[in-house]
Amino acid sequence: MSDSPKPAPATPLNPRRRGIIIGASGGIGAALSRKLAREGFALALIDRNKTPLQILCDEINQAAGEPRALIYEHDITKYSTIPSLLQRVIADLGGLDTLVYIAGLIYFPKIDEYNFAEDQKMVEVNLLGAMAWTGAVAPLFQNAKSGQIVGISSVAGDRGRVGNPGYNASKAGFTNYLEALRNRLSRHGVSVLTVKPGFVKTAPTLENVKKLMFAVEPNVAADLIWDGMKKRRQTIYVSGIWKLIMLVIRHIPSFIFRRLSF
Amino acid sequence: MNITKSFTQLENFGHSHSAPAYFIKVNIPEEIAEVFAHAQKTGLKITARGAGRSYNDAALSGGGIVLDMRGMNAITRWDKSTGLITAQPGVTLEQVWQKVEPDGWWPPVVSGTMRTTLGGCLSANIHGKNNFKMGTIGEHVVEFTATLPTGAEVTCSPQKNADLFYSLISGLGMLGIFTSITLQMKRIHSGLVTVDALPVHNLHEHISALLDGAPHNDYIVGWMDTLNGGKNLGRGQIHAARYLHEGEDPDPQKTMKLENQVLPPYIFGLFPKSILYMFMRPFANNLGWWGVNTAKYIASLRTHTFRQPHAAFHFLLDYVPNWELSYGRGGLIQYQSFIPKETAESAWSEMLKLSFKSRLPSYLGVTKRHRPDKFLLTHAVDGFSLAMDFKVTDRNRVRLSAMLQEFDKIVLQAGGRFYFAKNSETTADTTLAFYGKETVAKFMKLKKRCDPHGLLESDLSKRIFG
Repeated sequence: MSDSPKPAPATPLNPRRRGIIIGASGGIGAALSRKLAREGFALALIDRNKTPLQILCDEINQAAGEPRALIYEHDITKYSTIPSLLQRVIADLGGLDTLVYIAGLIYFPKIDEYNFAEDQKMVEVNLLGAMAWTGAVAPLFQNAKSGQIVGISSVAGDRGRVGNPGYNASKAGFTNYLEALRNRLSRHGVSVLTVKPGFVKTAPTLENVKKLMFAVEPNVAADLIWDGMKKRRQTIYVSGIWKLIMLVIRHIPSFIFRRLSF
Repeated sequence: MNITKSFTQLENFGHSHSAPAYFIKVNIPEEIAEVFAHAQKTGLKITARGAGRSYNDAALSGGGIVLDMRGMNAITRWDKSTGLITAQPGVTLEQVWQKVEPDGWWPPVVSGTMRTTLGGCLSANIHGKNNFKMGTIGEHVVEFTATLPTGAEVTCSPQKNADLFYSLISGLGMLGIFTSITLQMKRIHSGLVTVDALPVHNLHEHISALLDGAPHNDYIVGWMDTLNGGKNLGRGQIHAARYLHEGEDPDPQKTMKLENQVLPPYIFGLFPKSILYMFMRPFANNLGWWGVNTAKYIASLRTHTFRQPHAAFHFLLDYVPNWELSYGRGGLIQYQSFIPKETAESAWSEMLKLSFKSRLPSYLGVTKRHRPDKFLLTHAVDGFSLAMDFKVTDRNRVRLSAMLQEFDKIVLQAGGRFYFAKNSETTADTTLAFYGKETVAKFMKLKKRCDPHGLLESDLSKRIFG
């Protein structure tokens, strides 16, 4: 799969963390990949299309001056291929410390539109793919008694809004799945971080959302996520202001919430 | 084979390095063949692990399969009239000496800890404090059988399959996996050895004492104070030991009893050694170890001779259980260089001075006398070795790494060699330089023959063979 030169083996004096990033070529994905590579990680970059991955990989390896990233073309909805791909990636990296699941789809329906085909796609990528990947890594980390799982969910998972039932449901499912994973794994020394970004200035949001409330650049989001990883936090909002906003939104009583326009 | 459940974080002996792997226990040779078949199907790499006593990455394989050989731990035959012992590879030196010693025999070569397994000992081709006289452990192997990645079972001795005999021993586990090992033990006439202890005041004296002392003794080992420089550079203490001849020990039956060999679990008769390492922790820094080295030197100034049980003389690393934990969270690494007798003094002097200048002194230095052997990946030279322990911390990693690369250059220039149960930072370029292109090519040719699909691979082999 990945024929490029493998990252140098770790030694006591040159330890190396190893990470998998699923959905690496998107906005936050690419920014976080660059960030983790700068922090010394050896990375497996996974996404659907090879071309943007290759560009990102070359950029990272060039900046580091050594092979630090490997790429793997992978369709997330081919769930049955995940266990064997995971095994190969871990062998290529020489171990695994971190799994980051960023892959996500969003479709913006009209207010009276019910589009099952699009809903299905979102659930397949945002939830089922996430469950397949994190669920495959969980027993490994549990047995090794170490590791970190990072899931990029969304503030959209905190409430079901009139605007996007399918997306809300997929992200709510992912948030809950991560919480349950954390409850299972933290007793084994494994950290699970749920990241809930608000608006990030990436391609899909730019096209569709006109008013971007508190939108952050992907590299700012990446810095915040890395900070949360280092501190082994449980849940972070990106940016932090969303913690406050969502605190309010989560407590809006239903008789008001169901009359709101967003 | 459900290998997901066996994903385990494995460590080196010094607790300075770890890597997760699918850690699979094997109990019979057939299971090894099964794992080879599985690896070929999945593309995973395999390495064997015994007691995990290597200071480096020899028994680690990040993301690969690591075979837990400790289940194959039966001594299958012991003949007390000939001194031939046949054992499975997971048998430890502790099991071996405890089996043979009461019958008046002793393993001809042992490591500084008795917890090592025979499979690991042969793969690294270990030496002891008698390397100048008895060579490596491989020279006392009468015969072994091994399973090759091709699935073939081979029996090797110096006469039969000699090329495999001299390459699997010292082969770092990269050609095949030992399944049965027959060793020749050495006859002893007492459970004790006579030990001379004498001080040496500088590096020149230190090296001369090893050189001149070796021919008259069965064992020789030096302790070097690696924290004091100037005119004291290289000072320390030499311990030279001899077996007792027949008749020297009035009651050999008694001294060879196991209960007279076991290391005492208490110091001063009351303090349990099992928790001693915790009290060593506060001293595990430059100042603390300077104090320990200085005090030890002063205590060693008295020249004296005494008798000591074999186990107490040989297994210094087992004297304080878990001593390696005293180095704290970052653990320790060991750097051992083997240097010809002509260049050793100047090379070590340069290395020690560099360690002072870098403020990265070694906390423990041990010297030995060596002679060459004819195994393919040999580490021995006609000269001396110096093993240095270094504490690893988050803050010193980068500087220590740079200093050890400088050390490697000094050793290469002095015509020296390295030993891969120890060094964790030596690179592929350095390895090629000291083994020589011809040796590496020869090894790779054997590798191709024994392991055409490249199934055997460890983090060590990836590092040193690229």
